[in-house]
Amino acid sequence: MGLQLYDYVLSGSAYKARLFMALLGLDYQSVSIDFHPGGEHKKSDFLQINPAGTLPVLVDGDLTLCDTQAILAYLAHKFDTTNQWYPTNDPVATGRILQWLAFAGRLTDTAGAARLHDMLGRSLDIDAARKGAHKALRELEAHLTEQGFRGHAFLIGSKPTIADIACFPYTALAPDGGIEHDDYPAIRKWLIAIRRLPGFIEMPGIHRLHDMRDEDGG
Amino acid sequence: MTTSDVARNDWYPVAIDNLLTNGQSEVVVLMQEELTISRGNDGVIKVTAQDGRPCPVAINYGHVWSSIGQPDHALFDIPEAHEDGRRMVDCGPVRVKASPLRVVENFLDIAHFPFVHTDILGAEPHTEVEPYKVEIRDTVDEVWATRVRFFQPQAAKSAEEGQMTDYMYRVPAPCTSILYKTCPPRPGSWDVIALFVRPISEDLCDAYAWMALYDETSKQSDLVQFQQMIFLQDRSILENQIPRLLPLDPKMEVPTRADTTSIAYRRWLKRKGMTYGAQLVAR
Repeated sequence: MGLQLYDYVLSGSAYKARLFMALLGLDYQSVSIDFHPGGEHKKSDFLQINPAGTLPVLVDGDLTLCDTQAILAYLAHKFDTTNQWYPTNDPVATGRILQWLAFAGRLTDTAGAARLHDMLGRSLDIDAARKGAHKALRELEAHLTEQGFRGHAFLIGSKPTIADIACFPYTALAPDGGIEHDDYPAIRKWLIAIRRLPGFIEMPGIHRLHDMRDEDGG
Repeated sequence: MTTSDVARNDWYPVAIDNLLTNGQSEVVVLMQEELTISRGNDGVIKVTAQDGRPCPVAINYGHVWSSIGQPDHALFDIPEAHEDGRRMVDCGPVRVKASPLRVVENFLDIAHFPFVHTDILGAEPHTEVEPYKVEIRDTVDEVWATRVRFFQPQAAKSAEEGQMTDYMYRVPAPCTSILYKTCPPRPGSWDVIALFVRPISEDLCDAYAWMALYDETSKQSDLVQFQQMIFLQDRSILENQIPRLLPLDPKMEVPTRADTTSIAYRRWLKRKGMTYGAQLVAR
């Protein structure tokens, strides 16, 4: 039995796992959970797999992982032979990556929450969610601007890591929750850099880059 | 009849029937008016307006339907919904910051498939929309588009390879669009996919997708998510259309031949006096 992902097509968190597995070229089996409208993630069958009732869940043999950031770290450790995505031999990079993985949680709780409100009609304090999202995006923008001065296209350096994968979906999907990208030029540039990665896959709300014809017509 | 009466006196989806349990109620907004939909312990559904007046109720196609006015007609019929062997799939409400009429119009469009639903409902270089037939059927007061054909890499969850797909479109009410398309596992039959839209205001709505399919193998949640994936690819495009309201003035936007259904839909709305969510004069 290979990798199994309990999945929901509109979940930005589940998309982190799908995207990373695609970038690593991994095969997996997707088990769809009817998050909306069925609310299957809060029903007893699913709660036996993940008592927290959240998606995604990754199953690999006897191992069940219910935290998205933990899933990314596990997949990188086990399958990334280049040691690029989660370079644990580098203490500085490891510390920085863990910091961005935690930051990704803030994006989920703010921009992700605003999206659930605006898209699926969930009741929550939308003003607080949007305000929190803009605060987080301003921090991300400042960091990416500094990275740009250093000539680094990604959060940690010149190559993408799991920190980028963790922060990408809810930043890219922010307009779904009424949080526009207009004020964040460095973020917009970074989103395009991620969409250019070989093996990139899209999700609803994040469109792929359409091929541009070469100027010489080739 | 004033223009607002046409919108007020129609039926709109307000809830998914089997997600409302006995003793439960929920509040939704229909054209800026709050409605409470409640199911009593006897299973009977009632819809009550903010001022306490009872609203009409109809239950069909998996949804509870109501109105803030007094519809003088029954809810439209979808004959295929009563055929044996079809699976009914409720895909749930998705909120869209766009005019309900723009959402319906987008559902009638084919030309965007290769660009918005890339490698699923369309793919470059197969971008040509062949000529098709559009008519306003006066006897039933509906818009129909027939003989629509398009190349699709993955026409449905049940499709295993790319194929030429036949389509028919039907607009039985201003905020409802139904499409019929080739059913991959059962050539000769049509899959039915409908979009029922509830206007919350003139530029905000909840869209409920609903399907009646011949598919004996797919998991229910896979069918729901296939449709949600398609609709959510449209949503970000719809929310960026300008102007927010659907222009009924032909001078406002320049249509192409592929937009024939849209032209008929807009003309039909104008003729009916359905202007909720529409912009009559270019400004």
